[in-house]
Amino acid sequence: MDAAPRSAAPQGDGQSAPGERDPAQAARRRWMSVLAKAKLNELESAWEDLAQKPAYDWLRRPEVGMVMVRARTGGTGGRFNLGQMTVTRCALRLASGEAGLGYVQGRSKRHAELAALFDALLQDEGRRGELEDSVIAPLEASHLDRRTARSRKANSTKVNFFTMVRGENE
Amino acid sequence: MALATSLNASGGIDTAELRPGLADPVHDSQHIFRGLLTALAHPGRPVTLPGDVAGPEPLDPATTAVALTLLDYDTPLWIDWIADTPPLRAYLKFHCGCPLVERSQDAAFGLVTDPENMPRLALFAQGRDQYPDSSASLLLQVPSLEEGPAVTLKGPGIRETATIRPAGLPDWFWNDWRLNAAQFPLGVDIFFTCGRSVVGLPRSILAEG
Repeated sequence: MDAAPRSAAPQGDGQSAPGERDPAQAARRRWMSVLAKAKLNELESAWEDLAQKPAYDWLRRPEVGMVMVRARTGGTGGRFNLGQMTVTRCALRLASGEAGLGYVQGRSKRHAELAALFDALLQDEGRRGELEDSVIAPLEASHLDRRTARSRKANSTKVNFFTMVRGENE
Repeated sequence: MALATSLNASGGIDTAELRPGLADPVHDSQHIFRGLLTALAHPGRPVTLPGDVAGPEPLDPATTAVALTLLDYDTPLWIDWIADTPPLRAYLKFHCGCPLVERSQDAAFGLVTDPENMPRLALFAQGRDQYPDSSASLLLQVPSLEEGPAVTLKGPGIRETATIRPAGLPDWFWNDWRLNAAQFPLGVDIFFTCGRSVVGLPRSILAEG
């Protein structure tokens, strides 16, 4: 696939997170982030366990492309391009009308599809509470576990450097 | 180090009314592009475009198909006031990602759904002597391709003469077209669309009303 998510690059300027002011947007941001970071097999089993599976139409079939990831030194310094990242995205609409978006790292189209499906389902106020408890919370917990395990492993190999006074100026 | 990806989840696009684009973007747009080439190679001959796609009001399937095929992030688009609605803007931004410009002179493509009130042809980009390809291509969605006054076409791609009958064009249109054709190789190219058909009118064609 050569279709690049080209509209992705110039849009958000990375300056301010638009979801921070609007609570509904902040909540959606959170679950989209959790869905994007989840493992595919976890999402698959969450989908398997879902009682009513909705019918849906594609707005945009899954496509793979690149986005430029930007960073700031120390989180506050000047912005620079960290590098490009492979992203798969898709958009779909449920029969009930909600549109879901999936933006995930890597080339797994199924992952993007499931992320978009859960995103659409979570916009339904009636099902949100139940899905938050049964899907989002466990996915977030397991993501945190993986993250903690990785940082423990990294931390155990931490090396501290000291500079010895060499006394050249005395 | 804080990562700030440029991904904005919703991209500022209202997805509530959004309609789907081409069912199979790669192959459908290839077929549509082939159709457009045929339309330009045989000016005046109606070509039925494949890919049945229902765009937002007031676009016909052919107009939507051409827009989805030709527009992308480096084709600035100008749209006339009657088509300039939030659903249409959202649709083009989502599926094409094309920038929308206010001045018709800045646009690579012009999308006109109300030809009767469209700007004069000279108000679109005409290209420069060094780069005649930098002129605008206009998509004119007309109410009918068969019920308007007959116009005879002559030029490359037409053996003798061809006749088209697009309806809903302004009085000055064919006079402007003569001026447009006179400045060849500069000038705009036009696609008339209606329903699922498209008729090509490249700048090399002379018209007699």
